[in-house]
Amino acid sequence: MAVTSSETTASSQTMNNVEAVRATLYEAMKSDDRTIILGEDVGARGNVFLITKDFIDEFGPERVIDTPIAEASIVGIAVGMAMEGLRPIAEIQFADFIYPSFNQIVGEAAKTRYRSNGEYTCPMVIRTPYGGGVRGALSHSVSIEALFYHVPGLKIVAPAFPADVKGLLNAAIDDPDPVLFLEHKKTYRLIKGDVPKGHYTIPIGEANVVRPGTQLSVVSYGLYVHWALEATKSLEEEGISVEVIDLRSIRPMDKATILSSVEKTRKLLIIHEDNKFGGIGAEISAMVAEEALFHLDAPIRRLCGPDVPAMGYAQPLEEAFMSSPAQMADAMREMVRF
Amino acid sequence: MPTTITMPQLGETVTEGTVAQWLKRVGESVEKYEPFVEVSTDKVNAEVPSPVSGVIREVLVKEGETVATGTPIAIIDDVGSGSAPSPQTPAAATKAEAPSVPPRSNGQPVVATSSAPLDEALRKASPAVRRLAREHNVDIRGVKGTGNAGRVTAQDVTTAAASGPAAAVGHAPAVPSGTSTYAEPVPGTTIQLNQARRIIAQRMVESKQTAPHAWSTVEIDVTELWKWREREKGRFERETGYKLTLLPFFIRAVAQGLQAFPLVNARFTPEGIHVLKEINIGVAIGLPTNLIVPVIKNADRLTIKALGVAAGELIDKARRNKLGVDDLAGGTFTVNNNGANGSILSAPIINGGQAAIVTMEAVVKRPVVRDDAIAIRQMMNACLSLDHRVLDGYTASGFLAELKRRLESMGPDGAI
Repeated sequence: MAVTSSETTASSQTMNNVEAVRATLYEAMKSDDRTIILGEDVGARGNVFLITKDFIDEFGPERVIDTPIAEASIVGIAVGMAMEGLRPIAEIQFADFIYPSFNQIVGEAAKTRYRSNGEYTCPMVIRTPYGGGVRGALSHSVSIEALFYHVPGLKIVAPAFPADVKGLLNAAIDDPDPVLFLEHKKTYRLIKGDVPKGHYTIPIGEANVVRPGTQLSVVSYGLYVHWALEATKSLEEEGISVEVIDLRSIRPMDKATILSSVEKTRKLLIIHEDNKFGGIGAEISAMVAEEALFHLDAPIRRLCGPDVPAMGYAQPLEEAFMSSPAQMADAMREMVRF
Repeated sequence: MPTTITMPQLGETVTEGTVAQWLKRVGESVEKYEPFVEVSTDKVNAEVPSPVSGVIREVLVKEGETVATGTPIAIIDDVGSGSAPSPQTPAAATKAEAPSVPPRSNGQPVVATSSAPLDEALRKASPAVRRLAREHNVDIRGVKGTGNAGRVTAQDVTTAAASGPAAAVGHAPAVPSGTSTYAEPVPGTTIQLNQARRIIAQRMVESKQTAPHAWSTVEIDVTELWKWREREKGRFERETGYKLTLLPFFIRAVAQGLQAFPLVNARFTPEGIHVLKEINIGVAIGLPTNLIVPVIKNADRLTIKALGVAAGELIDKARRNKLGVDDLAGGTFTVNNNGANGSILSAPIINGGQAAIVTMEAVVKRPVVRDDAIAIRQMMNACLSLDHRVLDGYTASGFLAELKRRLESMGPDGAI
């Protein structure tokens, strides 16, 4: 894993994803007075997942701001702060609530540098938990990445592993332009891993081959990277070798890593939780068709959520929306045998 | 598609039902929502509507029999969808196979011809397979497929290529890209492609595929021209050592026609139509195994005599295989003196990149109408193929009319 570090010590620490977010935010607050956290329940409540617990006591209510339930204002205020030299980290409590702030993100934050001819930049992070599989029902399960990845000027990051959470969140905070930082809520406490100590960044826009293989390239991000890895383990016993790429950054997208993998395996399966139509998989698929058609030995396939308005609350509906590791293994097997 | 009908749950607490009466029998058709069975439970009696339109194929529960809810009670062949019967069910499989294998008179089933799976292999070849097959010179039809349903995979191609040239060549010779590989294998000998043949094949395919060809023909009276050539040929041969054919006269008229219609002396480029300043006439020369088109540069500046010498030199060189690169480069228009063996009509393929090509067909004595009387004249067809991207019929026919006018005005009192 590519880890650049300014002051990494030899030691690391085992954390889950929520602890990695918390630790990274704490270090950012500690090391730079310009860092401001704002959002619903980030102060007294310490965030609904306890990510910013006790931050308000240490850093005060002027740097850890409890906002009203007004997402357009949360992002709009952060845009103003960022343009005037602060380093705001705005939180949208659940990605499902991001819609009121759409104009502030797409119309303002993403265009600030361009509109001002580079005179102003918008160095801000918008963090938000997304994704389903937690019985979150219609308004706590949504994936929003496809709504934003069409927008030039906006970076989108969706790490899957704790060490990537830290490295990419640091990179997002350091970035001179707005970054939408997506945290899959089911991975929050489910996924644990070693996280290097000290400040380090992982460049935004670099994918990671988390499992090398020869017969099929699987591209995914977030929770499904873990499930895809689980699926490949069962296939390994059948002698099927699958390469798994964790996209990590959705935009900019690491075309080179995807293309070199496809040129090797000649087959591509894209797996994401978000629904299929116009999703991230559509862009990856188009890009590979444009640039690597004559390396393809099978039609590109996408395993995605169904095109239904939302993830239902009922367990069978939620299961119908999510792709299971077994379904992933089936799709992988079919593609390898094609 | 067959639909399996199960015992419905008639009420939340009901766990079983009794088939009271079948309202439809096996073989009878049923509309969607039409009741087809009556079911009784300890709470209600109900007619059960069919979920599909179709034909009752099978009844699985007899009247009076009680079964648990969810138990299959009947199978309906869904005719509404119009899809083929599912191969999973034996009955459907039998039906599906029966008409496709008609017995021959001797009772033997018809066996699929061996070319069918081969063509299938080509049709299903993925972009990667096609590219690898081309790179490694592998004939896909000769490769054993290990993929789904015998598909030849990219791995199969690289394996075949690695296993040596014998396997790589397969059972058919490599062909230049763009040439059909779909022909049925028929006994015969294969002439290996030499470089020239390969280039000709490639250029012809390229021209036909990129330039939309249109055709036009004019009939030209060359009686007077013929007399002129007859008058000049003896002296010409004595002075130059070459025979005087009609070709230099044609080239002269073509060059003058191109001056009058510059758009015919042009080439199509993505940026626009490039009208060429030089008039360099390619002369198509057919050899037993080859076709070659040497070029007479700046043909519009040469006299008929000079054109005759230039053409004579080039034909001589071509026959002795002595043409150099310079002799072949720079053509802007092509003339094919096609009539030597009696051809009277052609649809020539435009020489790569040019706007048009003209053939001069056989000169034949024909009865024609002159001043309302029938006269015997020496007639010749000139056939033009044009790149319709560059010019339209209006310009092309103007060019042909000019060509006709010029050739018909050439007479025995001219000077070469």
